[in-house]
Amino acid sequence: MTDAVVEVEGLSKRFGAILAVDGLGFSVGAGEIFGLVGPDGAGKTTTMRMLASVMRPDEGHVVVDGIDVLAHPEQTKRHVSYMPQRFGLYDDLTVDENIRFYADLFEVPAELWRQRAETLLAASDMTRFRTRLAGQLSGGMKQKLGLSCALVHTPRVLLLDEPTTGVDPLSRREFWQILYGLRAEGVAMVISTAYLDEAERCDRLALLHRGRLMYCDTPAGLKARMPGAMLEIASPEPRRLRDAVQGLPGVEGVLLVGIGAHVHVDDAAARLPQIAQALAAAGVETTRMETVAPTIEDLFVALLERGEKAS
Amino acid sequence: MFGRILQLLIKELLQFRRDRSARFRLLIPPVIQMLVFGYAATFEVFDVSTAILDQDRTQESRALTAAFVHSSRFRVTLSAATRQQLRDAVERSDAQVGLVIPPGFAELLRKGQTSPVQAVVDGTNSNTALIALGYVGQIAGTFGQDYAQDLARRTGRARGRPLVSVSLEERYWYNPNLNSRWFFVPGVIGSVLLITIVNLSAFAIVREREVGTLEQIMVTPIRPVEFLIGKTLPFFLIGLVEVAITTTVGMLWFQVPFRGSFLVLLAGTSLFLLCVLALGLLISTLCATQQQAFATNFFVLNPMFILSGFSFPIASMPEFLQWLTYLDPLRYFLVIIRATFLKGVGMEILWHQMLALAAIAFGLLAVAVLRFRKSLD
Repeated sequence: MTDAVVEVEGLSKRFGAILAVDGLGFSVGAGEIFGLVGPDGAGKTTTMRMLASVMRPDEGHVVVDGIDVLAHPEQTKRHVSYMPQRFGLYDDLTVDENIRFYADLFEVPAELWRQRAETLLAASDMTRFRTRLAGQLSGGMKQKLGLSCALVHTPRVLLLDEPTTGVDPLSRREFWQILYGLRAEGVAMVISTAYLDEAERCDRLALLHRGRLMYCDTPAGLKARMPGAMLEIASPEPRRLRDAVQGLPGVEGVLLVGIGAHVHVDDAAARLPQIAQALAAAGVETTRMETVAPTIEDLFVALLERGEKAS
Repeated sequence: MFGRILQLLIKELLQFRRDRSARFRLLIPPVIQMLVFGYAATFEVFDVSTAILDQDRTQESRALTAAFVHSSRFRVTLSAATRQQLRDAVERSDAQVGLVIPPGFAELLRKGQTSPVQAVVDGTNSNTALIALGYVGQIAGTFGQDYAQDLARRTGRARGRPLVSVSLEERYWYNPNLNSRWFFVPGVIGSVLLITIVNLSAFAIVREREVGTLEQIMVTPIRPVEFLIGKTLPFFLIGLVEVAITTTVGMLWFQVPFRGSFLVLLAGTSLFLLCVLALGLLISTLCATQQQAFATNFFVLNPMFILSGFSFPIASMPEFLQWLTYLDPLRYFLVIIRATFLKGVGMEILWHQMLALAAIAFGLLAVAVLRFRKSLD
C-alpha cells in the first residue's frame, strides 16, 4: 500500500522462552480501522505496546509516516496516540484538568485544546461532568475521558488496546461513533478487541495466534476464505444437538450459539440430509435448519482450528 | 522542554493540594517528632530511685546519705534495714541504685583512711546505669574531699592527708549547659526531612506506575529526564519549606540558638535533598506498588537513621559499620545542620561534608536515572 501511515515489518518480541510476537508484518492506511483479533495470549497487547513504543521489540521495524519509531521516538510520538485497556487518568484531577494536562504535554496551544476538548466531550456526552474528579466517573465514562485525552492533540495514528473491555453497550456505541468520525478525518487506527461483533466493524482484520499473523483481510474477504459452509440449527437442546452432530462425516466443528448451534461442514447440500437423519435418530428436537453466512466468531473458530491442524 | 516540566510541576502541586494524606504526612509527623524529641529524648539522668542501707549509723554516714538526698540526681526511695531489703528493691525495680554504707565507715574516715562504700546498680539500661554510677562517684568524691579538708583543718594537719589535687575547670563549648535538646532538635530536622521526602517522592512515582499514568505519559513527547525533573522538583521545594518550618519551630519554640548562616544551611539542605530525592526515585524503580515502596522505605530508612549519628555515636560503632556510615547522606547533613545551629561555622569548615553530599547525590542520581530508563522498557 502506498499511502500507508503505519508500516510494521518483521516485528518480534521474546519473553524468556516464549515468543510472544513472531515476525509480525502489516500496514495501515489513513482513514482505516485495522483490527487485531485473537485469543488471550495471542500477542495483541505486546504488539500494541511495541507500536506505541513503550516496549522495545527484539527485532523488526515500526514506521509511522515514513519515520522509524525506534530510531526517532520523539518525532513520531507527536502524531501517535495510545490508549491501553485502562487509560492512565489522574483520579484526583477533574475531567478538564486531565485533558489539559495531556494537551500540555503535547504542547497543544490553549485555544486549540479548549475547542478540541469541547468537541470531544460533546461527542461522548460528557460536557456536564467537566468539573468532576476523574476518580468519581463510571468505568465507561473513564474510558471516554481517556479517549478524549488521547485525541486532544489530533493524532494521525490511534492505537487502541481493547478499549471497550468492561464498558457498557451504550458507551461502546458512542465510542464507535467517535471512531467512525475519526476515520472520516483520515486517522489511521489499530484496535485490538476481544469482542467479535466489534471486529466486524473494522475495515480490515488481522487474526493473531500465538504471536503469529494467521490471516489478514477485510471481514468479507476473511469470510470468503472460510472453507465449506455454515449450517444454523435451531434447537431447544443445543448440548444434545452438539453431541449428536460432533464426529459425523464432513462436520468440521460445532459452536453453540444463542438459538442452538452453528455447524461447520465441508458441503452443505450433501451433509444437510445426513445431519437431519442423525438428529432424528438421536431424538434431538430441532425447529429450523438452514445454511447461513458465517459470523466472525464462526470464522475465528474455524480458521484457528485449521491453523492448529496445520501446525 | 521547560513548558512541559512546568506543566508537570503545576499538576503535581495541584494533586498535592487535593491529597489530604500527603499534606498530613508533610506537616503532622515533623511537628510530632519535634515535640517528642524536643521534650522526651534526653541523655540526662535525674531522680534516680535509690535505696540506702546504712549499717554504720554515724554522723558521717548520715552526712553521706544527706548528700544523696539533696542531690537532684537521686531520689532516695528506701532506707533499707537489711541487705535483703535492698536486694528486693533493686529486683522489683523500686530502686535503680542501691547504696551500702558498711559498719566502720566513719572509723576509717576519722583515721584519715580510705573508706569503701558499695554501690549496686541495675545495669539493665546500661546507659542510665553508667551515668548514674558517674554521679555516685562524683557525690562520694566530693564528700570525701570535703571531709578530708575539714579533718585536716580540725586536727592541724595531723590527720587528713595534705591536699594535692588537680581541680578540673570544665567548659562545654557550643552547648555550655549540655542541653540535650540543643543536640536533638537540629538532628530531628534532618531525619524528619529524610523520612518525609523519601516517602513522598517514592510514593508519587510508584503511584504513577501503579495507576498506569507513567506509561501514558511516556507515549507523549516528554523525555524521561523531563519527567523526572518535573516530578521531583515539587518535592525539592516542599523539602525546603519543611526545613524552614522545622528550623523556625526549633529556634522559636525550643530556643535552640542558630549561630551560623542560613545560606550555608540552604546549600547543605539543597545537596541533601538531591540525595534524598535520588533515593526516593531509586526506591520507586524497585517497586511496582505503593505497598512495596512502603516496606522498602522502612528497611532503607531505619539503618540510615541509626548509622547517621543521630543518637548513637559513630566513633563507638565497629569499624565495618563506621565505613558504612560514610555512605549515609544523613551523617553529613547532621554535621552540617548541627554545626550551623550550634557552632556557627561556615563553608570553610563544612566543605568536606558538602563535597561528600554532592558526590553521593551525583552517584545516586546517576544510578536512579539509569534504572528509571530501564524500568520503562
